[in-house]
Amino acid sequence: MSYTGWILLTASLVGISCGIIGVLLILRRMAMMADAISHTVLLGIVIAFMISESLQGTGMLIGAMLAGLLTTWIVQWFQSKGLQSDAAIGVVFTTLFSIGVILIATSVGNVHLDVNHALMGEISFVPWNLIDVPLVGEVPLAVVLLVTVTALVLMVILLFYKEWKITTFDPALAASFGIPVLVMHYLFMSMVSITTVAAFDAVGAIMVVAMLITPAASANLWTDRLWLMFVLSASFGMGSSILGYVIAIWLNTSISGSMAFATGLIFLFSYVFAPRYGRIAVLKKKRETI
Amino acid sequence: MNVLDVRRLSTAYQNKVVLDSLSFSVRKGTLTGIIGPNGAGKSTMLKTLLGLQPKLQGEVEFFGKKLETEKKRIGYVPQRGAVDWDFPTNVLDVVMMGLYGQIGWLRIPGKQHRQKAMEALDKVAMTDYATRQISQLSGGQQQRVFLARALVQQADLYFMDEPFAGVDAKTEQTIMSVLHELKEQGHTVLVVHHDLQTVPRYFDQVLLMNKKLIAHGPTEKVFTTDYLSKTYGGAIQWLEGGFNGRHPVKQ
Repeated sequence: MSYTGWILLTASLVGISCGIIGVLLILRRMAMMADAISHTVLLGIVIAFMISESLQGTGMLIGAMLAGLLTTWIVQWFQSKGLQSDAAIGVVFTTLFSIGVILIATSVGNVHLDVNHALMGEISFVPWNLIDVPLVGEVPLAVVLLVTVTALVLMVILLFYKEWKITTFDPALAASFGIPVLVMHYLFMSMVSITTVAAFDAVGAIMVVAMLITPAASANLWTDRLWLMFVLSASFGMGSSILGYVIAIWLNTSISGSMAFATGLIFLFSYVFAPRYGRIAVLKKKRETI
Repeated sequence: MNVLDVRRLSTAYQNKVVLDSLSFSVRKGTLTGIIGPNGAGKSTMLKTLLGLQPKLQGEVEFFGKKLETEKKRIGYVPQRGAVDWDFPTNVLDVVMMGLYGQIGWLRIPGKQHRQKAMEALDKVAMTDYATRQISQLSGGQQQRVFLARALVQQADLYFMDEPFAGVDAKTEQTIMSVLHELKEQGHTVLVVHHDLQTVPRYFDQVLLMNKKLIAHGPTEKVFTTDYLSKTYGGAIQWLEGGFNGRHPVKQ
């Protein structure tokens, strides 16, 4: 596949996986947790690198997952002790993230992993870091990682679709049925973590938040059906990845920045023009009732 | 036969005692109103009984057994405000959620589940709204959807948290007739309730509580000015005027 082809595929996979996860983030009102985890996975990656001396797939995924779970657990612990939830999130993730930054500078330095890369990602390097996949040939590592994670996320969402629905809509009822609400919460946070880390290489920690939240927030304005919200969110994610790439080439600017910007454009469009919940529709309805 | 036995149940929230050593038993086929002032721990008691909130001490038995084995026989209707009504789903789907416990893992709801949900919607006069997005419902309609969701569970014992709060007259009537039907069929229902005036009309049993259990028994014996003033402390003064100082039930 061509250089541009790989980049577009990578970007689309980021858009799809983040778009799917984002729906549950929005509906569970956990956008801030995504922000937190997208930063603390850095610590997981750094520690995984220090142990395994490599930036290859599995170790990084496990490291990120553990960091994500650690973040979730500490935040929840603080909340249970009475600390405000947003304060708990703010304190925990900045602290864990800064430990990651310090470790990069002091212990890992000089390798492929640097702070700038971790924050912004560099999708244009993705097609050069190839590995050999049986039957398929040479494929960029990031694509292998993203395909794996997207498939995993899709599988977990589909297998437990009704459990996700009920634990999100009415956790108390779910718990009264004996559905392990807390286990599902941690499972979800693990998925957020691995999705984040898979998207890391392409768009970096900061932009991944845009990919997680904005397409889902846009989709929420277009539909009243959960499954359709998943489909729309994934499509918006993919669409903004591609649109972002086009903008970046056109203006000769940062690809990840343009992709995040494109999610914002799609959201703005949805916010104004969505059929029932868009600004125009809302104002029209208001005028009719008056 | 007792469907619920509670012994010395206590719980605390951040070092403040919310429930103080409650003990009571509920007989099969009764309709009990749980009455007490704001902050008396009524909702907390339901959640603690159902294991949704940790208890400090005490024992709870459902049908003479532990909660874990009896979950399928227990239905819970949380407060209407406990969920996000902007959630992207419709009325029928919410009612079907009541069946998720029975459907079990890795299975999707089928035709027979949809049919059960439609029957329940019929009982609460909400069939016409089956495909309506839930954010477009009035408060009373939302409450009826919640009730239908509890009905599909076909539980033996129901806990309802303030089902009458802020509903219209039609909804109030529907809920009442459903509750009485449940009772006649031998189900047991416990309802957290706020409006003192309607208590004698609605419930045959009353449980008065304010962190501690004040009184529990048949409405005519327990729902008296005496016990009520014990439950509400000084705040009961208005009742004296409202009921002309007489026994509220004899009104």
